[in-house]
Amino acid sequence: MDIHVVYYLVISTIMLFAGIYGFFTRKNLLAVLISVELILNATNINFAVFNRYLFPDVFEGHFFALFGIGIAAAETAVAIAIIINIYRNIRNIQTDNIDELKG
Amino acid sequence: MEFNYTILILLLPMLSFLVLGLAGMRMKHKVAGAIGTTVLGIVAVLSYLTAYLYFGNGRSADGTFAPQTPWNFEWLPFTTNLHIDMGILLDPISVMMLIVISTVSLMVHIYSFGYMKGEVGFQRYYAFLSLFSFSMLGLVVATNIFQMYVFWELVGVSSYLLIGFYYTKPEAIAASKKAFIVTRFADLGFLIGILIYGYYAGTFTFTPETKMLVAAGGMIPWALGLMFVGGAGKSAMFPLHIWLPDAMEGPTPVSALIHAATMVVAGVYLVARMFPLFIVYAPDVLHWIAYLGVLTAFYAAAVACVQTDIKRVLAFSTISQIAFMVVALGVCIGADTHEGLGYMAGMFHLFTHAMFKALLFLGAGAIIHAVHSNEMSAMGGLRKYMPITHITFLIACLAIAGIPPFSGFFSKDEILAACFQFSPVVGWMMSIIAGMTAFYMFRLYYGIFWGKENKELHAHHTPHEAPVSMSFPLIFLAAVTCVAGFIPFGNFVSSNGQSYDIHLNAQVAITSVCIAIVAIVLATIMYLKEQQPIADRLAATFKTLHQAAYRRFYMDEIWMFVTKKIIFRCISTPLAWWDRHVIDQFFNFTAWSAQASADEVRGMQSGRIQSYCIWFLVGALVFTLMLLLI
Repeated sequence: MDIHVVYYLVISTIMLFAGIYGFFTRKNLLAVLISVELILNATNINFAVFNRYLFPDVFEGHFFALFGIGIAAAETAVAIAIIINIYRNIRNIQTDNIDELKG
Repeated sequence: MEFNYTILILLLPMLSFLVLGLAGMRMKHKVAGAIGTTVLGIVAVLSYLTAYLYFGNGRSADGTFAPQTPWNFEWLPFTTNLHIDMGILLDPISVMMLIVISTVSLMVHIYSFGYMKGEVGFQRYYAFLSLFSFSMLGLVVATNIFQMYVFWELVGVSSYLLIGFYYTKPEAIAASKKAFIVTRFADLGFLIGILIYGYYAGTFTFTPETKMLVAAGGMIPWALGLMFVGGAGKSAMFPLHIWLPDAMEGPTPVSALIHAATMVVAGVYLVARMFPLFIVYAPDVLHWIAYLGVLTAFYAAAVACVQTDIKRVLAFSTISQIAFMVVALGVCIGADTHEGLGYMAGMFHLFTHAMFKALLFLGAGAIIHAVHSNEMSAMGGLRKYMPITHITFLIACLAIAGIPPFSGFFSKDEILAACFQFSPVVGWMMSIIAGMTAFYMFRLYYGIFWGKENKELHAHHTPHEAPVSMSFPLIFLAAVTCVAGFIPFGNFVSSNGQSYDIHLNAQVAITSVCIAIVAIVLATIMYLKEQQPIADRLAATFKTLHQAAYRRFYMDEIWMFVTKKIIFRCISTPLAWWDRHVIDQFFNFTAWSAQASADEVRGMQSGRIQSYCIWFLVGALVFTLMLLLI
């Protein structure tokens, strides 16, 4: 039995927008980071699904998804490091308190 | 060029001004005064040398003294035709003015040593005197009308600075502002006249091409008339005279130098400078100037008869005497030496008047120095205390009254002769005004040196003779006044440059001397004694007239009415409203909108990454929509 491609896409779209929403609204940097992971994973799902349904005899989409996972892991490591540094400096990780970018 | 050194006549006083102005406060009073006086001494020597060489050179083939321009450089080149030059022009009248200015200025410099002794700002005072001397000398040697205008404004500024020398005194500040504003207002006419002249004559020099002037036709009289408006402002012609009596708030030597001898005759000098054009292209304007002069002379003489402040009397007498010179220039009917007798007479009177009026003012300064008051009521009987001042003052009074052999007699006689030549009516009027001059001068003289002594004032402060630094200039100027009349002035200065031998017009001379003597006798009867019953009774009988004359015929009030009620209310107030409510509000609105939008934009720069991302998202969505829709 074959699951229809739309279901996958609905899931990934929900994940994507949930991620975007979370990225904009969550005030805790860790929650923001998790939201970013959601966005990345939504795209990974899309890569895998489109590869599986549209071009079943090649594997580029699968490999791209693997790369995405790897990059997400690296990015998470970097982000965590930044968050820890922020925490050391201002003793919390609320986004409201991080406005040093202002000129 | 043998006159190359004349540049020093201008540069030295300017240098002295810079030195005293910048470093004066670190000098002792004596040093600063000595610098200023030495410089003026050198300038005076150079001026005399110039006169000696210039007149000693002899006449050129056509019988005139050829004008010389030892210096002339392009100061502001606009186009090949239009350029403003700065330079030095030597001709009979400018050389004569150099002598007048440097002599009087030197005397005033010496005199101020005594008069201003111990004053705060002594160095500043000398710096301003230097500035004034520089500007005035620059004015008379100007090679073109624009240079004259530049220096004209400079003398205006230095006059303003010196009138307001006692800048803690409200009257002095008001007087300096009044002088500056009134003369500046008149100078607007001068500037417009210069521009019209420059446009139509095609040059700013005093000797334009004849064909340009002929082509200009009716515009040249306008240009010359407007220039005279400036001259009338500086020379205190009615109705622009109002600043001069108030200008007496300045230190007395300043009044002697600027407001009696030199600066106020700038207007006369201007007319004399433009005389060749006036007489050919605008004789009508010249005659109107003469009528204005008659009016001014009469008005000022009438006011001078009742003033009680001695400097005010002298101020009005100055106005009246300058009007004599203006009349003399105005009554010329031709350019040759006979028809242009008035030109020579006016210049001669300028020369003699500068000397004896400076003497009168310096004498008045010595008196004020002695009694610490300007009012005649504080004086009286001073002849015993101040013999030198008394004698010199008397000489000056006799000179201004036109009694031979003092200088004023000769010059005034020539003026009256020129007036009679023009029209007997003007001649008689000027003779009567000359009589009034004699009357008010002797009223002043008796009021100061004779009459009732103010015992209570003398009780705690006995008047004393002025120190040498002050009496020397008095004696020097009195000596000049005694001999200046015998200078064969017409041989040096005349309307067309030809030599002219002054010969006394016996009829005019006898009449004017008789009138003067009658006036003096009248003044003696009225004012010699301690009690003055006739004068008091006259004042009581003609109370309104006396009061009106005492209040200067309400000219100040009329000007106040014109400025405050008419100009301020009808023109300035609506303009101010427009300025404040329309123009200012428009700019306020632009400023406000810029600020408001800046506030909005600044709010976006929160520094928070998430809000940036939202804007990024919105932007991305908008672009996507645009791409989809187009």
